Amino acid sequence: MALLDIEGLSVRFQTSSGLFTAVEDVDIRVDRGEVWSIVGESGSGKSVSMLATMGLLPWTAQVTANRLEFDGQDLQRLSSRQRRRIVGGEMSMIFQEPMTSLNPCFTVGTQIDEMIKQHKGGSRKERHERALELLAQVGIPDPARRIKAYPHQLSGGMSQRVMIAMAISCDPRLLIADEPTTALDVTIQAQILELLLKLQEETGMALILITHDMGVVAETAKHVIVQYAGRQVEKQEVKSLFANPRHPYTEALLSALPERAGDKDRLPTIPGVVPGQHDRPTGCLFNPRCQYATDHCHEVEPVAAPDDPARTLCHYPLGEADAAGATPDDAPNPPPRPESTDHRSEVRP
Amino acid sequence: MLRFLLVKLAQLVPTFIGVTIVAFAFIRLLPGDPILLMAGERGISAERYAQLQSQFGFDRPLIVQYWDFLSGLFRGDLGNSLVTHSPVIHEFMSRFPATMELSIFALAFAVIIGLPAGVIAAIRRGKTLDHTIVGISLTGYSMPIFWWGLLLIMLFSGTLGWTPVSGRMSFIYFIQPVTGFMTIDSLIAGDWGAFLSALHHLILPAIVLGTIPLAVIARQTRSSMLEVLGEDYVRTARAKGLSSYRVIMVHTLRNALISVITVIGLQVGLLLAGAILTETIFSWPGIGKWMIDAISRRDYPSVQGGLVLIAFIVMIVNLLVDVAYGVVNPRIRH
Repeated sequence: MALLDIEGLSVRFQTSSGLFTAVEDVDIRVDRGEVWSIVGESGSGKSVSMLATMGLLPWTAQVTANRLEFDGQDLQRLSSRQRRRIVGGEMSMIFQEPMTSLNPCFTVGTQIDEMIKQHKGGSRKERHERALELLAQVGIPDPARRIKAYPHQLSGGMSQRVMIAMAISCDPRLLIADEPTTALDVTIQAQILELLLKLQEETGMALILITHDMGVVAETAKHVIVQYAGRQVEKQEVKSLFANPRHPYTEALLSALPERAGDKDRLPTIPGVVPGQHDRPTGCLFNPRCQYATDHCHEVEPVAAPDDPARTLCHYPLGEADAAGATPDDAPNPPPRPESTDHRSEVRP
Repeated sequence: MLRFLLVKLAQLVPTFIGVTIVAFAFIRLLPGDPILLMAGERGISAERYAQLQSQFGFDRPLIVQYWDFLSGLFRGDLGNSLVTHSPVIHEFMSRFPATMELSIFALAFAVIIGLPAGVIAAIRRGKTLDHTIVGISLTGYSMPIFWWGLLLIMLFSGTLGWTPVSGRMSFIYFIQPVTGFMTIDSLIAGDWGAFLSALHHLILPAIVLGTIPLAVIARQTRSSMLEVLGEDYVRTARAKGLSSYRVIMVHTLRNALISVITVIGLQVGLLLAGAILTETIFSWPGIGKWMIDAISRRDYPSVQGGLVLIAFIVMIVNLLVDVAYGVVNPRIRH
């Protein structure tokens, strides 16, 4: 049994101009101790799908799923009291903006203590000891002094360390990190990622890392989910994803990495933006930005081939053009593969 | 903390000087002459008028009169009332406890009802209960105090006969004044009947005086709560698996209170202003009624002295609010 088992997760928001589907048909199966990464641009619904799992979305969100289980428990059926026992205790989360994620009115110690008290209990002294131990564990110097600090007295990196200390305080079996390094300096980013991986290894918890940075994915995760405009477009192990990206979006993300741009003066970009509520294209959601798009892509929504382990959401997954029968029957003309005229084919590993 | 207090006190000095100028100028800008008013319908001879003018010092240049007032102020001497000839400070202090008692009860009423109403409205945003609370508080805010007071008197004192129309206590009780607060003095005297009578007399004026502050506090609490509910740290609190009660009452309200406290502090000035109307309607023997009488008699020392004292009290209360603000908001304290 998987630790986190999500099938067909969809999130819709009631807005003034009707229902907006932020996340559609997302599947994730995370086993104990696994490190997963969800990658995609802003607006891809990465955070929303994880916030939905945690039950942290505002009341305007309608969350539906065929399966939404944590350790065999159906999260959709649990009472809010039962669910609160899992959220924070067994499954915890850290966020993008560490500076605003801590309550400015309470000391660091109080906020960690509150979490331990909620899920583990113990005497005041035991909880205090545990908080000190946690602060030391996440690499905060002089924990005895820092425990009395207020959030505004901490830097962004320190705040994120405190958030991590809080998140792991009750020995969760799953930690969801929602772009934990986006708001931090580059040097601090590496430290925080290292810390997360170290803690993951030490405690054996599973880790889901949400990021828009392919570099972070390469350094951390074992499995990757690529999300675009609320849809899951590809799911692979990190090695094969970097070696053989199946979805044109994944390929475009990878080619934007400086390491892959070769000696080019400018890094390649993906033109356009992720479609929002009002500018959804027909057919494949990626077609306006896809260099391989055909008329077929503009008209018909793609479905993942049942025999495709990467579950690629594309009419013409990459690396299949030559394989016989891989093209859909209703797509008579496979798109021309750009050859050496395109930089992507040069840098593709 | 001491330094914080001293700095705040020093900042009050220019404000205070400004208040003395306004208070001094205000009553003199009003048409009418205290000596002519005293003389009444019979009129007064020119010689007697000049004699009285020089006796009260009104014949001297304004700047000299102002300096006289200011230097007296720093000696703690506000002069004597032109009408009663007793020191203004005594007149003020004998009436101030009545106003203070009324204001405290009014503010307590406003906070005890307004704060929870604002919290509930924020939690039930967009629901019927929210609309009801917002609607009622807008009505309360827009209602003229004197009209609202008269309506309540007509209903509760007139038709229903539940509450007395005026005064602070029934005439059958006599309580030795100690603090000047009827509720406290009657408790000190151990007279339950008097205590209940004092409360009985307080209810209606306190509700009337507290209505506008209640509306303001409820609306501020609601909008402040809504703002804080959208903050990242509230999501963190929910991510910790805390009960919604704890998320709202501890994590949200504590932060929302910061702006609510400022608003409560500002209401104190409003209460003292509102007291003038409320005390007139309910014949409440406080400074509001006293000021009205002093103004209509052009009692220069009483009006300027009274204004300065009221302004001083408002400034001190705002200072206390600043201190309280520091207590709830660690970002100010450190």
